Amino acid sequence: MKNAETTGGKTGGKTGGFSRRTFLKGLGTTAATAMAAQTVAVAEELEKANAERVFGPGAIPVTLSVNGQKLKLMLEPRVTLLDALRNYSSLTGAKEGCDRAACGACTVLFDGVPVYSCQKLALEGQGHTITTIEGLSQGGELTPLQKAFVEKDALQCGYCTPGFVMSATALLANNPSPTPGEIKHACAGNLCRCGTHPHIVAAVLQAAGIQNENKTEVVNYASLADE
Amino acid sequence: MPAWPTNNKYISQSTIRVDAVAKVTGRARYSSDIQAEGWLYGMILRSQWPAADISSVDLEPARKIPGIKAAVTVKEGSFTVRYYGEEIAAVAGTTKQACLDALRAIVVKASPHDQFVVKEEDARQPDSAPVWQGSPNASKPRVRETGNVDSAFPECAAVIEGFYSTPIQIHNPMETHGSTVSWNDEGVTSWASTQGISSVRDGLAGALSLDQSQVRVITDFMGGGFGAKFGAGVEGVLAARLSREAKAPVRLMLTRFDQALAVGNRPSSFQKIRIGALADGTLHAFEMENYGTAGIGAGGDSGGGGGGANIPAPYLYKVPNARVNQWSVAVNAGSSRAFRAPGNPPASFGMESAMDDLALKLGMDPLELRLKNDSNKIRQHEYRLGAKKIGWKEKYRPPGSSSGVVKTGIGCAAAAWPAGGGTRSTQGEAQISPDGSIEFRIGVQDIGTGTKTVIAVVAAELLGLKPSQITVRVGDTNYPAGPGSGGSTTCASVSPTVYDICSNALSQLQTLSGIPDARGDNWFAACKKLGVSPLTVHGQWQPGLSADHAGGVQFAEVAVDTETGLVTVLKVVGVHDCGLIIDRLTLESQINGGIIMGMGYALYEERVMDDLSGVMLNPNFETYKVPGISDVPEIEVVLVNMPERGVIGIGEPSTVPTAGAIANAVANAIGVRVTSLPITPAKVLAALGKVPPAMKS
Repeated sequence: MKNAETTGGKTGGKTGGFSRRTFLKGLGTTAATAMAAQTVAVAEELEKANAERVFGPGAIPVTLSVNGQKLKLMLEPRVTLLDALRNYSSLTGAKEGCDRAACGACTVLFDGVPVYSCQKLALEGQGHTITTIEGLSQGGELTPLQKAFVEKDALQCGYCTPGFVMSATALLANNPSPTPGEIKHACAGNLCRCGTHPHIVAAVLQAAGIQNENKTEVVNYASLADE
Repeated sequence: MPAWPTNNKYISQSTIRVDAVAKVTGRARYSSDIQAEGWLYGMILRSQWPAADISSVDLEPARKIPGIKAAVTVKEGSFTVRYYGEEIAAVAGTTKQACLDALRAIVVKASPHDQFVVKEEDARQPDSAPVWQGSPNASKPRVRETGNVDSAFPECAAVIEGFYSTPIQIHNPMETHGSTVSWNDEGVTSWASTQGISSVRDGLAGALSLDQSQVRVITDFMGGGFGAKFGAGVEGVLAARLSREAKAPVRLMLTRFDQALAVGNRPSSFQKIRIGALADGTLHAFEMENYGTAGIGAGGDSGGGGGGANIPAPYLYKVPNARVNQWSVAVNAGSSRAFRAPGNPPASFGMESAMDDLALKLGMDPLELRLKNDSNKIRQHEYRLGAKKIGWKEKYRPPGSSSGVVKTGIGCAAAAWPAGGGTRSTQGEAQISPDGSIEFRIGVQDIGTGTKTVIAVVAAELLGLKPSQITVRVGDTNYPAGPGSGGSTTCASVSPTVYDICSNALSQLQTLSGIPDARGDNWFAACKKLGVSPLTVHGQWQPGLSADHAGGVQFAEVAVDTETGLVTVLKVVGVHDCGLIIDRLTLESQINGGIIMGMGYALYEERVMDDLSGVMLNPNFETYKVPGISDVPEIEVVLVNMPERGVIGIGEPSTVPTAGAIANAVANAIGVRVTSLPITPAKVLAALGKVPPAMKS
């Protein structure tokens, strides 16, 4: 997977280059005109060259760098990064909401870029720096963004919260003074069913040190009834 | 009589959610995060047919898959499945991947039915394929009449007739339904994603033939329910059976796909409304025929349970002459469940749409027509306040009169939620330690509404402590029982209960310590006198501290692009009666949430069934659209504080009027009404005559 490349944004990265299967298929056509012995030799060379790309179906050792720690796991190649984090280690902060790149509850930072961890295979994560919600606060100190989420009540059931916090963390790292529109754009890949969105925008603005007005007002009924 | 204190330090102020830090750091362990020692994955095999007779289910090939530890069928012998997605069997294994392989290996012998029915209009027909053999799909109409409708209509100065319809809405909580269940010799423990720990316990005990005392349900954190998560569920019972067979805990969380098909939805409605008023605008006659589906459970004399699709009517307004005729149809689709303010959002949409149509016919301002006919005094004030906030006088123009391609409009609607009061049976206890620490234990659950915070705020206020000094434990059936989180009752249930516990605690501390008032500065001195054993104090819900019936009004301002049909909500003003506000922060969050969910109902959300295959076409977040952060308009909330009424729940009323207000704003913008939710661009363009209406299927 050395050629694996990450794509920006929230889509899972695609593995670059040819798969072993298509490569050998192509070779088969060429081989028909070549001498048998040569063919075998070429095939053997290719086999060696491609050996590192052949994984599974059984479990293989996978080493991930998560929140500054090395995680050494035995995983079937089809295990997703989300599954590896949640179920093969105890990092349950990233949540599973859909398992198909639609809800963003599983968002983690992959070399600083927010990605859906349900759309990456765990083994694609090797050699990359992965940060989950558990890795944000150092020594028990909340980040300014986490603090703002708490103070603005930017969460209700809280199941989508880790995903929103990761998306907004990446935003602020690149754009320390975002507009509400930029915040919405950065969090457009995260769903929240409790309807906490206004407070999320307010929290990100607060973390960026930008004044934002809360229009909520408490009115005593007695004062209305007197009118 | 007990009474709430005034001049409060915490009650009615903003207190940070007590579990917020756990939620923003990932430390909060949700039901789907539970990793019990030696746990296995559970997964369910579902029907791929809308209706079929299952003659056999062979689990043996699944059991041979490496890693599989248990496999069970939902029913013994042969049985019938009645919708695409109905549960057939389940497996448990050491990895998710093994379970996926095992589900594929199960051999199901089935005879699919030639005929089935998934659309309401088809199910109305007497010759439609019966969902339940021997029962008609349509229930017997229930007719209710007050006054004399037939003689009243001719007396009206203006009469309108409309056909208003609402879709099936899917709950789609971010955490799906499910649990981890451990069944060993000591009994069953279920870590369930539920809004009713007690109802899950009782449901599991019943289904598994266990004593209720042998079942313990724990819900520390759960990711939303909205009415769909009260029972043990087929999935909960299957997890327990798998656990017993595998002799290991089983975590069985539904997939997003499962969730959309099988565990609840809001029933649809097809409301034919005729309404008339006297010349001064007084409502005089009302007639409604309504039917809808609650899925397989909705049939007339079906064995499918009581799930009906009826809605309250005439909604909100008193009409002296009213006839309401309602029935439900069964279809081959998953059953409905309670969904945030059951019956009310569709009822509000139909009635409030008709009110605006009637106002137009009368030549009246729709707000005036409401003020004329809404007998609720609180809402009268709320309407006036909300109108000021949105600028009704300046912004309301005759329908369709805004110029340009993108037209703006304004509308309003109201909610009348009958529940929201407390549950009398609520109990709780507090353990006070000699070091002054205090722990409250109440057998309710916090579904994201802030129940734990409410308990801490009330206790801190009454004991003269800080909310951070109060430890709150909920979500365990080992604690004194509280209600399920339904009907917006939790806040009004726990607050008076905490009041009682605190009163008892203070009087017992007084006796034990000799300190006349143990509150505040005296707290630690009083507790120290307890010596070595903690004091446990019980309490229960007390009357006089809470009330039911919560209303509210909402105003919406929209922009409609008449070339693309896209509706953008610009602003929503919500004015809601809140009783005695406990925590302003969490209250505001809930009202925002109700409005946003109502906006989804108005514009985006709809279960789409394919009548040829009987399959739900959008059981996912890509094609079932819930509102995203970019869709959310400016929301201005006015919390009407009414301490004189005591504590009232607010979670449900806030989602009731949104769709009606938005629909009225759209009609006001473009001058024609889209009469069916969701108000999609295609329907807007069809209403404008720019594209032909969608083909009826």
